[in-house]
Amino acid sequence: MTLDIDTLLDDPATRILVCCGSGGVGKTTTAAALGVRAAERGRRVVVLTIDPARRLAQSLGLAELDNTPRPVAGIDTSAGGALHAMMLDMKRTFDEVIEGHATPEKASQILENPFYQALSSSFAGTQEYMAMEKLGQLRAQADAGEHDWDLIVVDTPPSRSALDFLDAPQRLGSFLDGRFIRVLSAPAKAGGRAYFKVMSAAIGTATGLMTKLLGAQVLKDVQTFVAALDTMFGGFRERADATYRLLQAPGTAFLVVAAPERDALREASYFVERLEDEGMPLAGLVLNRVHTGPAEGLSAERALTAAEDLDDAGEHALTAGLLRIHADRMRLSEREKAVASRFVQAHPAVEVAQVPARPQDVHDLDGLRGVGADLARSGQPVLSV
Amino acid sequence: MASQGFRTDSARRRPARSLPAGQRETDWPGVRLHIVTGKGGTGKTTAAAALALALASGGHRTLLAEVEGRQSIARLFDVPPLPYEETKVAVAPGGGELYGLAVDPKAALLDYLEMFYRLGRAGRMLEKIGAVDFATTIAPGVRDVLLTGKVYEAVRRRETIRDGGAEVERPVYDAVVMDAPPTGRITRFLNVNEEVVGLAKVGPIRNQANSIMTLMRSNLTAVHLVSVLEEMPVQETADAVTELEQIGLPVGGVFVNMVREPFLPPSALEAATRGSLDRSEVLDGLAAAGLGRRSRATGNDTSHAALATALLEEAAGHGERVAMEHTERGELLSLGRPTYELPALAGGIDLGALYQLAGLLGEQGAA
Repeated sequence: MTLDIDTLLDDPATRILVCCGSGGVGKTTTAAALGVRAAERGRRVVVLTIDPARRLAQSLGLAELDNTPRPVAGIDTSAGGALHAMMLDMKRTFDEVIEGHATPEKASQILENPFYQALSSSFAGTQEYMAMEKLGQLRAQADAGEHDWDLIVVDTPPSRSALDFLDAPQRLGSFLDGRFIRVLSAPAKAGGRAYFKVMSAAIGTATGLMTKLLGAQVLKDVQTFVAALDTMFGGFRERADATYRLLQAPGTAFLVVAAPERDALREASYFVERLEDEGMPLAGLVLNRVHTGPAEGLSAERALTAAEDLDDAGEHALTAGLLRIHADRMRLSEREKAVASRFVQAHPAVEVAQVPARPQDVHDLDGLRGVGADLARSGQPVLSV
Repeated sequence: MASQGFRTDSARRRPARSLPAGQRETDWPGVRLHIVTGKGGTGKTTAAAALALALASGGHRTLLAEVEGRQSIARLFDVPPLPYEETKVAVAPGGGELYGLAVDPKAALLDYLEMFYRLGRAGRMLEKIGAVDFATTIAPGVRDVLLTGKVYEAVRRRETIRDGGAEVERPVYDAVVMDAPPTGRITRFLNVNEEVVGLAKVGPIRNQANSIMTLMRSNLTAVHLVSVLEEMPVQETADAVTELEQIGLPVGGVFVNMVREPFLPPSALEAATRGSLDRSEVLDGLAAAGLGRRSRATGNDTSHAALATALLEEAAGHGERVAMEHTERGELLSLGRPTYELPALAGGIDLGALYQLAGLLGEQGAA
């Protein structure tokens, strides 16, 4: 089945588009291309990118990481649309969450805490959590009428696995609100009396070990951090849950991006299954960098045989070379089709859009328009199952 | 983590082998820890596996360790998912052995606690109240210390073997190859010291981080970068070299992966890109090869003229790509690191392909 991108982009009910997939498959480029296309078709779009390549960022006018959506110059606004873009600054976003929910005095206590500083700049899940947080903020700003955005396109962090995007926010949220952190800070409050007796040994061992392993200072930092966060307890998990619900709500659409390679499609499969389990709306699969050819009718084998015949005859070296280029491309294309068709067989209901491979990387608006046009070009011969 | 303890490793139970064959001439004499990184999609794991296989050949014993919980090694070598135990995954040419290990941070933590604190049942209690989760997923830097710590332990582990009458002590592994996180996260991952210093100023975790860092900054270690000849991966490679040098880690070689040979001589490539190849010559060639008629099977237009147009279009794309690859190769060479080229394999990567790539790495001096 072919994924109809323009219908998705033009539908005013589409409010959030999430591009996910494993690293190196072209998520950021896809997100940017969708943003440009939607804007030029009349949507008022904001694109949230996580870690764009330098030249792609420049093409969107993103010279610095300042955590604020900036208008993108050079967009055709004749259809009434507009494009803003921003790069996520995860530490800044985390700081803003703290500043927004604590008194100035408490906030500065938290921001200066060594455990907070380590957590906000280096925890592997913080980026995912903050991407979700930023998405929630952008949506809230749009709903409050502070901005007239009607479509948010989100790129997802280059995670270890595509699923981290869904799991990390809750993991961090439940840690910050969870029992363990309370145990660390105030063991006596962790449960009722009978429970306390059973747990006290474990708690004692835990705090003792933490002290031994990390040193007493760390535990003290964690405890100070928790004490300072006191007023925000419940807030973190609530916020993570709220964003999670936003992702399940109508108006959100997930696009799983993959390259036609075994590993990328395996990740895509996991993600598709997970989205189904969670009741999250999957719009379809973007199969990126597909090698198609204008002469599909000539197989690799025939082209190679013909090239050899020409070589044997000692003539037409140029044609033989062209036939070898073709055979190489066809082989690659056949392998891609084989792995892609395995995905299609396993997920027959998932709609697919294909983007042909380009000889060069995309790093200007015209390139992004080209990708957008390819995404929207439906009715092309799709994967044969 | 110390040089003994941990779980029983099958590597230690095997009969002792003879002393290693004579050292080969390689670009990395003395290096025992090879860390392999690269942008996602560049074939980092494949390159790491080929390197490990190449290092094992000629009677050596090598460990290939993965740290991202993906079970990539098992898939690549077509074996069942690896347990948290060093498992033999392949034999190398000339009697070498390749072991694989999927490092799991939780198991590494429990090992570590067992070793230093003899926890027994208390370990499970820690897991119950969330302390293990805290340490392996939330506590900044601890996870990375645990993952690199296990690899560090494997590099340093020694065994005593009997050589004739004498007892000789030697490393269990001649080389350890770590399939590390991608370039975007590699500096933070390897810079465990910096990660932990913000948090723990003293204590065993801190000491552990210091020992790991000392090994990684020494001439026993090389951090190799895998790239393909495209703009973004090359840019990330260059950025990674700068960042690694800044934190004092020894940058190793550059592995240029999925290299494709040009099918036309330079002058023809240039003409192809400009669109000025001799079309009539191509038409004659197709006629001579007996190609170009209406194919009933597919219904596609495969007349001479249409086929020639299609082939010329493909040739233009090929020419453009070769030119771009030339520029990007120049960028990689300008980094001034030893460079190894691995071809794109039309059939994809299977066990046979890994041996082929390993052979090429050996020939080029990577191992």
